[in-house]
Amino acid sequence: MHNKSVAELSRELESGKISSVELTREFLGRLKKEDEQLNSFISITEEQALADAHAADEQRAAGRATPWTGVPFAHKDIFCTNGVATTCGSKMLANFVPPYDATVTANFRKAGAVCLGKTNMDEFAMGSSTESSYFGATTNPWGLSKGEKRVPGGSSGGSAAAVAARLVPAATATDTGGSIRQPAALCGVTGLKPTYGRVSRYGMIAFASSLDQGGTIARSAEDNALMLNVMAGFDPKDSTSIDREVPDYTATLNEPLKGLRIGLPKEYFTGNLSAAMEEQVRSAIREYEKLGATVKEVSLPHADLAIAAYYVIAPAEASANLSRFDGARYGYRCEDPKDLLDMYTRTRAEGFGAEVKRRILVGTYALSAGYFDAYYLKAQKVRRLIQQDFINAFSEVDVLMSPTTPSPAFIQGEKTSDPVTMYLEDVFTIAINLAGVPAMSVPAGFVDGLPVGLQIIGDYFSEARLLNAAHQFQQVTDWHQREPQ
Amino acid sequence: MTISRKDIEKVAVLARIRVDEEQVSALEKDLGNILDLVDQLSAADTDSVAPMAHPLDAVQRLRPDEVTETDQREAFQAIAPATENGLYLVPRVIE
Repeated sequence: MHNKSVAELSRELESGKISSVELTREFLGRLKKEDEQLNSFISITEEQALADAHAADEQRAAGRATPWTGVPFAHKDIFCTNGVATTCGSKMLANFVPPYDATVTANFRKAGAVCLGKTNMDEFAMGSSTESSYFGATTNPWGLSKGEKRVPGGSSGGSAAAVAARLVPAATATDTGGSIRQPAALCGVTGLKPTYGRVSRYGMIAFASSLDQGGTIARSAEDNALMLNVMAGFDPKDSTSIDREVPDYTATLNEPLKGLRIGLPKEYFTGNLSAAMEEQVRSAIREYEKLGATVKEVSLPHADLAIAAYYVIAPAEASANLSRFDGARYGYRCEDPKDLLDMYTRTRAEGFGAEVKRRILVGTYALSAGYFDAYYLKAQKVRRLIQQDFINAFSEVDVLMSPTTPSPAFIQGEKTSDPVTMYLEDVFTIAINLAGVPAMSVPAGFVDGLPVGLQIIGDYFSEARLLNAAHQFQQVTDWHQREPQ
Repeated sequence: MTISRKDIEKVAVLARIRVDEEQVSALEKDLGNILDLVDQLSAADTDSVAPMAHPLDAVQRLRPDEVTETDQREAFQAIAPATENGLYLVPRVIE
């Protein structure tokens, strides 16, 4: 059962071949055993899951099932879950039990899905390796057979590793600069970052509010579509949510790709991309040509400025968002504060990890008097130039394709000494968040036994087209079905 | 662009994060490297470009001036570090 997709599990439940309680027990058993070496979960909510599974079986028996009723999955530990600890991978929130549900959480609850627990992540979603979690690093299931401990990518590394290892068929995730697509690529699973504003940010712990977007990780494009069907939609509780109709993302998966115009951004096929990675990606693109797509080179002239703009905007917004963690109302508070300032400064010094503190300090600097124009305002202007690159490209082609990452999963500890080296991990993903367009990572082969991701980027609100393109590719390839040993 | 010890100490105060003396050198190097990275921005010609805050240039929505939130003080304060009589307790501010 653990090898079945969400779509398949849904059919098994519908046919009555298996109950949700049986399915949930099977996944929980596997999860508790296998996760000892992966550490992809921060918490496993066994009791709640079994109660939800019972309720789901009753809903099915009463004829009130959705495709998700009784299907197990997991939430990234950034989505608030009423009554269940939500840590964001931080000591600051290690004891935080939210008194409310995120909209994404509530949507899955309404659909009857069974949440097995909360997945590991880089602290406050700041990272590309899931090594900065207060609850320990997550290990990529790929490479374990060779005795190697590789990173799963990040920040949604727990979700990606858990889906790759078949601990859950699907998991929610978030993406601020590549945090869905890069771990999906490194773990050999399929991930989607929707258009900014498509999925509600309410109850999703904020990192950089103009970039953060909730999304999906599962093995197949079809399962990503099933997830997005539950997650997408306008939410009055999110001030940047977009009020726009939500299509049934599964309805168009089988459209033919004949005539699809693919653009290859030349800036994403240079520099630090290895020859072996490039060959895998180009071979995937040749599959698309066989399916009737046409390919042309395009240019995103400001691509080389994306990382610089991001590392002003994201830290600046983070410094404002994370000012709420002050030890007064919830979360960590230092021992015996001698006065209010001591409480603030020690709570924050002790509660945040090194990378989070670095970003808060950089962001505070960029927003401080005398530097605002040179850094923040300048970065917002460059952001518009980057957006214009994408708008221009989408006047010529339907989708863009590129590698998701410059290299496959690296060994744990390899990039932790220099933050800037880690930042370059997101060189092909970060501009997409600045522009706010949707993008996916789809398994597209292997280099030295490690998964390679193909990134497919679309115009605003073209999630259905991206999922269609990914699904058609997965009908003629089996990279997404490969299982780590 | 280099960032001085004095800058780091000032920013740490603004950010309300205690930075111990022995951490300053490491931060000087790390923050300096990050600022070197972002200094690439200065080369971009942005004279006639409007800054972008929302990818779809959406603006803040207005809603009817009606009470929609219910009182959840007890639920919120149940997870607070210290409360008394419905108030959040912090160290004394005024002697």
